[in-house]
Amino acid sequence: MPVEIYLNVAVSGLLTGLVYGLMALGLSVIFGVVRVVNFAHGEMMSIAMYLAVALFAAYGLDPLAMLVPIAAVLFALGYVMQRGLINPFINRPEHSQFMLLLAVALIMVNALLIAFGPDARGVQTSYAFWSFALGWLIVDANKAFAGLAAVAVAGSLFAFFRYTLVGKAIRACADNYAGALVVGLDVKRLYALTFAIGSACVGATGSMMVLLVDVTPPLGPAYTLLAFVIVITGGLGSMPGALLGGVLIGVTEALGGLMFTPSAKSMFTFAILVLVLLFRPQGILGKRVEP
Amino acid sequence: MKPSCHRKALTAPVTRRGFIARVGAGAAGWLAASAPLPIARAQGAPLKVGVLLPRSGFQAGIGQDCQRGVDIAAGILKDLGLPELAIMNADTETNVEVARARAERLIGEGAQLLIGAFDSGQSTAIAQVAEQKGIPYVINIAAAPPITEQGYKFVFRNFPTASMILADAFANQKEIFAAVGSAPKSVVFMHVNDTYGTSMQKGIDAALNKADMPYKILETIAYDPAARDLSVEVAKAKATGAEALLLVSRLNDAMLLTRELVKQRWTPMAVLSMGPGWYEDQYLKTLGKLADGPISFVPWYDPNKPLSKALEAALAKAHPDVNLNTNHIYTFEALLIAADAFKRAGTTDAKALADAIRATDIADNVSIGPGIRFDAKGQNATLKNAAIQNRGGKLVTIAPKGAANAKPEWPLSPYDKRG
Repeated sequence: MPVEIYLNVAVSGLLTGLVYGLMALGLSVIFGVVRVVNFAHGEMMSIAMYLAVALFAAYGLDPLAMLVPIAAVLFALGYVMQRGLINPFINRPEHSQFMLLLAVALIMVNALLIAFGPDARGVQTSYAFWSFALGWLIVDANKAFAGLAAVAVAGSLFAFFRYTLVGKAIRACADNYAGALVVGLDVKRLYALTFAIGSACVGATGSMMVLLVDVTPPLGPAYTLLAFVIVITGGLGSMPGALLGGVLIGVTEALGGLMFTPSAKSMFTFAILVLVLLFRPQGILGKRVEP
Repeated sequence: MKPSCHRKALTAPVTRRGFIARVGAGAAGWLAASAPLPIARAQGAPLKVGVLLPRSGFQAGIGQDCQRGVDIAAGILKDLGLPELAIMNADTETNVEVARARAERLIGEGAQLLIGAFDSGQSTAIAQVAEQKGIPYVINIAAAPPITEQGYKFVFRNFPTASMILADAFANQKEIFAAVGSAPKSVVFMHVNDTYGTSMQKGIDAALNKADMPYKILETIAYDPAARDLSVEVAKAKATGAEALLLVSRLNDAMLLTRELVKQRWTPMAVLSMGPGWYEDQYLKTLGKLADGPISFVPWYDPNKPLSKALEAALAKAHPDVNLNTNHIYTFEALLIAADAFKRAGTTDAKALADAIRATDIADNVSIGPGIRFDAKGQNATLKNAAIQNRGGKLVTIAPKGAANAKPEWPLSPYDKRG
């Protein structure tokens, strides 16, 4: 097989992986600070995707142009969810948190089923069938736009946590919970803000993902699992790790499907997960926790 | 105020004997209602038909299309003088285990005959339940050959098997190649990795050799039927340098494949599909001009049969923007078989119904072929398939000659020159 095919497929996997990475970044941010694994993560992305589809169908609004408003809606949803529902469970056993978020996920899937029905829905933008030819390299325009948007959002998030006071306060909560309380930080509010930021992240991802795949209500659980696999691979709580994990999974799935059999491409995702758990349990960029 | 006798009865203390009598009566009633064995109901009552379809999940689009065949059937069956059917709907959720559970539940709720389920895997599971419970099951669409090779007594299939579809597909392809004076020398075979797809994949080599086709299969690519991205699969197919695409797909993947063909700038000489997806209304409407050209080799209808015209008219009235297709035709015919057997049996007794279905002989039907009759295995082996092509949002029949109403357009027009 010509080498160009491998490069074309690798670039396609890289761009898809960046979107996966942004989705996982939201999960990683939430876990890194609030210490709760959001098992409704994929379902929240489905809600964002349906919002994008509805806005496109009703007003012809481009999903990429709606990225910020949709992220804002998910930000609000995440804030309310954390303050009203998840906060009372912060100090409860992990299995209670798991059951709560699983229930939330089930409610979301069924609410979407009632609201939109079981049909697959997508958006047919003016550039839906575009591709860019750069010599022998053919790049899917949707993947290119989505990948670039993912990099921009991830960059903004990194900058927020590094350079803003609120971002620094959230990092302080993650590093030392007791210390944050001692210096007078409003930890409950910061937790809600973190959950909201993670949700906004997945909202932005939904706006991009709808360019790549059609949405159905049962889509959510598959992406929750994928996000979970990515953050474990990259390192739970590590933001660069989530992005790296996304890219690694995206490229591996694509090349694995090309070199072996495409119907078994998910197998490569889980093979990476098993290898990471065996040889680097804290994840590629995760910090080892001393017992 | 003095309490009434009725009030007294309600407020009377519960005695041991009374309690046991009530529980016993309730249990007997419950057992009668959920009895797994078929019980002949009073004459005049409609036959309770459980219709199992994938109404949600990734096959939802096709399941709902099959439902249109159910919706338009009642009026036509009435016009034919056939008895009324009481439809009990169930959703298999595009899942084999759910299909099995829903079949059991429908029988528990009183279904006297089952119909469904579009998919071979789901139909296999339902067939096992139907045979175990002794309830007749008429398959509307499912092509995996083993379903009617198990010696079942209550399972009937009015749909061609994978080997019948393959044999007719190759015969119709040769007819088209001869008509256009051109044929691909190589193809890449892409198929969904489900029960139907793998049945077709297992049978294709033998059928290809037997048919003496002008092309070779350069590569076989299997993919997940629930796949959300088929870019790698299309890149791999394109890299083989094959002249045409030979496919067994479903609806969502057919749309994904077309999008990737356009984006990866590859227009093969022909798209030759031996399954659903490429002729569905959702495919035609979603892709517009890009949907034109693929040729599907499928179980189809004979437009010259009177009942075909009645079915076309009923569908046009109920859904003016939907083309009559395989999903409507075979789901309707399954109900036709049920109503016809019920009329002849004159009872809802399961064994009598199964015997009546086995003796079916309907010449005035919709599908191509001499009519509906079953062999000893419960298979209608007389069905014939057609080749249809997408043209401007409509479907035309291009082979076999006897059923054709248009000539083939060949080769596929380039995707980048369709405006």
